[in-house]
Amino acid sequence: MSLQRIAAVALRQFYLMRVSPARILPLFAWVAIDIVLWGYITRFLNQVSAAELDFVPLLLGAVLLWDFFTRVMQGVTTTFFEDVWSRNFLNLFATPISVGEYVGGLVVSSIVTSTLALFVMLVLASAVFGLSYFAYGLAFMPFLLVLFLFGIALGVFASATVLRLGPAAEWLIWPIPALLSPFVGVFYPLATLPDWMQVLAHALPPSYVFEGMRALLAGGPFSAWALFFGVVLAVLYVVGAGWFFVRVYRHAVRTGLLARYSAETVS
Amino acid sequence: MLRRASAVGKVGARVGATLTLGNEFEGKTMQQAVSPVLAVDGLCKTYGDHSAVEQVSCTVGRNEIVGLLGPNGAGKTTIISMVLGVLEPTAGSIRIEGIPLAEDRAGALACTNFAAVYAPLPGNLTVYQNLRIFGMLYGVSDLQERIDALLAQYELARFHDTKCGVLSSGEQTRVSLAKAMLNSPRLLLLDEPTASLDPSAADDIRHRIRDFASRGTCGVLWTSHNMYEVEAVCDRVLFLSRGRILLEGNPKTLPREHGKPNLEELFITLTREPLALGRGKA
Repeated sequence: MSLQRIAAVALRQFYLMRVSPARILPLFAWVAIDIVLWGYITRFLNQVSAAELDFVPLLLGAVLLWDFFTRVMQGVTTTFFEDVWSRNFLNLFATPISVGEYVGGLVVSSIVTSTLALFVMLVLASAVFGLSYFAYGLAFMPFLLVLFLFGIALGVFASATVLRLGPAAEWLIWPIPALLSPFVGVFYPLATLPDWMQVLAHALPPSYVFEGMRALLAGGPFSAWALFFGVVLAVLYVVGAGWFFVRVYRHAVRTGLLARYSAETVS
Repeated sequence: MLRRASAVGKVGARVGATLTLGNEFEGKTMQQAVSPVLAVDGLCKTYGDHSAVEQVSCTVGRNEIVGLLGPNGAGKTTIISMVLGVLEPTAGSIRIEGIPLAEDRAGALACTNFAAVYAPLPGNLTVYQNLRIFGMLYGVSDLQERIDALLAQYELARFHDTKCGVLSSGEQTRVSLAKAMLNSPRLLLLDEPTASLDPSAADDIRHRIRDFASRGTCGVLWTSHNMYEVEAVCDRVLFLSRGRILLEGNPKTLPREHGKPNLEELFITLTREPLALGRGKA
């Protein structure tokens, strides 16, 4: 494993981003809009609700965590898409870089971009809407860890899917977070869901984060074991996604898809 | 008129010099000098029932430029893709500097590089950025010095901060060649490097590659449809048709050996009537 080759993949992304508002703006703009939108919604709900419930940590915190997950996933996929858009696979994979190093570069890029986005969200949510992270206690870090790992797993899986199905499959990837959000209970307890959706929810690591978050805020019993299970599950997803990427890459090398990627299929 | 000594003569001279020393270390040097840079044995690639490359065996020696010729669809790019490790052979083996590609991909590709008209460098990065990133990918030491030297050598210094996508075809080809030289490759693969270039730019590129091949211990595998170019540049040519090597020899003497006035006529005959001249090298 060469750190220099991993750094090369991340450096390419840095070069592209530092001179491109079209790449930098989405890092902050959409998450900032989400925070502002949900910040005012929670204020309004706090005003009209008779309950003692504070919607700021409940809803705004959930939005922040979910947007962080989305940024992690898109940090991986957008770095991968840069190679798709610039038709760079032939140049790239004719170098000594290994699949592990390439995916490592995607992950490093994602860490940098998602950390920046998280920082902006944290500042905005706390400074403007008074969101306090002390409300989540020490569990805030494992929450982020689970979402980070699952975001990486989903990003790698999505990249492999585009590698397998061709550039047009990019349009299947962007809506994935929106598709998952009803299942993981970002805004409501899993018990609200019908049974079949609950089964799926328990197979998705973010469910344990949002259930844990609600339990903490409600002052009820918080299961550290459930969160630990979420971490283990997320790690398994990372391993599975890595395995899937390697399988797809080998298929692309065997069938000639990598050398003729723009054709989308070799048949 | 471009002239250069034959690769066989150069290798022979080096072997002779090594034999007089005779110790174990020099024995290894001799072995390295004699062994080809690229050794392809029994290479096959099939897609379902279609055979794109069939039992191709060939070598590229040191200081040798080998031309891979053939009509469109003959399998030239398929062979190059397999040597670059981006396409897995159905059968056969590829050794680069004696390193088996299938077993040590990173080791084999570290001493290889390529330039192809269909693989331009990312147009949204500057010349410098592309060279830096690919230099890191190839693990080039003293990268900054190497980039500066290549920018000067390929007259690209004024395009240091220019995005590759806005360069002319000739300039992009020079950038691709600079990238291909980053790791001082032992094996250089060039797939139609002068396609779409004007005669002057093409001549410039040919001189640069011949200059590169005459130094060090590298070998070049070159594909082109320009027979004048092939005759001027290549030490040896391999004629490929329907995935098989039909003929092999010196491009300057091969046409006469087969009753043709020049390489272009020989190419046309082999393309239209491969069985008339081919010996079906299996």
